[in-house]
Amino acid sequence: MSPTLAVQTSPFVDYVGIAPYLLLVVGMIVVLMVLPLLLAKTTRHRVKDEAYECGLPPQGTAKQRFSVHFYMVAVLFILFDIEAVFLFPWATSVQELGPIGFSGAVVFVAVLGLGLAYAWRKRVLDWN
Amino acid sequence: MDALIDPTLLTRIAFYFFSALSIVAALFVVVHRNPIVSAVALVMTFLGVAGLYLTLGATFLTAVQILVYAGAIMVLFLFVIMLLNLEKDPFEEPHVPRLLGAGLAIALLFGLVAVLGGTVAVGTSIRSGSAEEIGKIFFGEYIFPFEMASLLLLVAMIGVIVVARRSDGKEAL
Repeated sequence: MSPTLAVQTSPFVDYVGIAPYLLLVVGMIVVLMVLPLLLAKTTRHRVKDEAYECGLPPQGTAKQRFSVHFYMVAVLFILFDIEAVFLFPWATSVQELGPIGFSGAVVFVAVLGLGLAYAWRKRVLDWN
Repeated sequence: MDALIDPTLLTRIAFYFFSALSIVAALFVVVHRNPIVSAVALVMTFLGVAGLYLTLGATFLTAVQILVYAGAIMVLFLFVIMLLNLEKDPFEEPHVPRLLGAGLAIALLFGLVAVLGGTVAVGTSIRSGSAEEIGKIFFGEYIFPFEMASLLLLVAMIGVIVVARRSDGKEAL
């Protein structure tokens, strides 16, 4: 399949092999969830209905507010994740792109390097 | 392969399957009362959209959609849910904003159908969507928007640090 064609049949057919695998996975999950319902004897009591907390008695509510520090780290992770995603197409075509492509990527990484330096300076990466 | 099943028909079936998956999962996101269940349904929506990208031939976008949206963005959504106070049921509030939102969503749907309807046939792809092709497009025609994307990411980085940290270096919450 050449990319020069204006409209082409989708390469989706190359991925059809995943379908039996997906069917197997979903089928397995359904079977494993339905079989115990039919076969097993169900007993309920207070301790069994409690949330499992590594064998310790659970305390408090699960609906607690978390520290905003987790959120900051998660956002920074996603932003650098997206940086990596943007660099991936560059990495696969860097030999054809030449010096313009290389300098373009350098500028891109440098701008995000400023963000990393700022996060570092503001001690966001420290965890106490 | 092509002797067995017509590839266009196959793509068409996949298109309707992934569309149905996305729409049903999206309905779960909106309708379910438990925000965590909504978030998990949103993962299914993302996967359905990833499947749609695959039927269009955008293979790189498919992988990125699963990695970034179903992975990283989802973690962010779960953090936001955990940061908010969940004790209060938000559904006891007046229904007017919800009706307004529904009206706007329907208007947006009709607008999109009017603009995009019939422009691309189901089961075709305009351009090859491999990582290599995207790299060539990024650093050729779209080098300026690409560099602007880095500025956008920088703004988001500084923004989250400024909003979440007080000037004395302590956390806001």
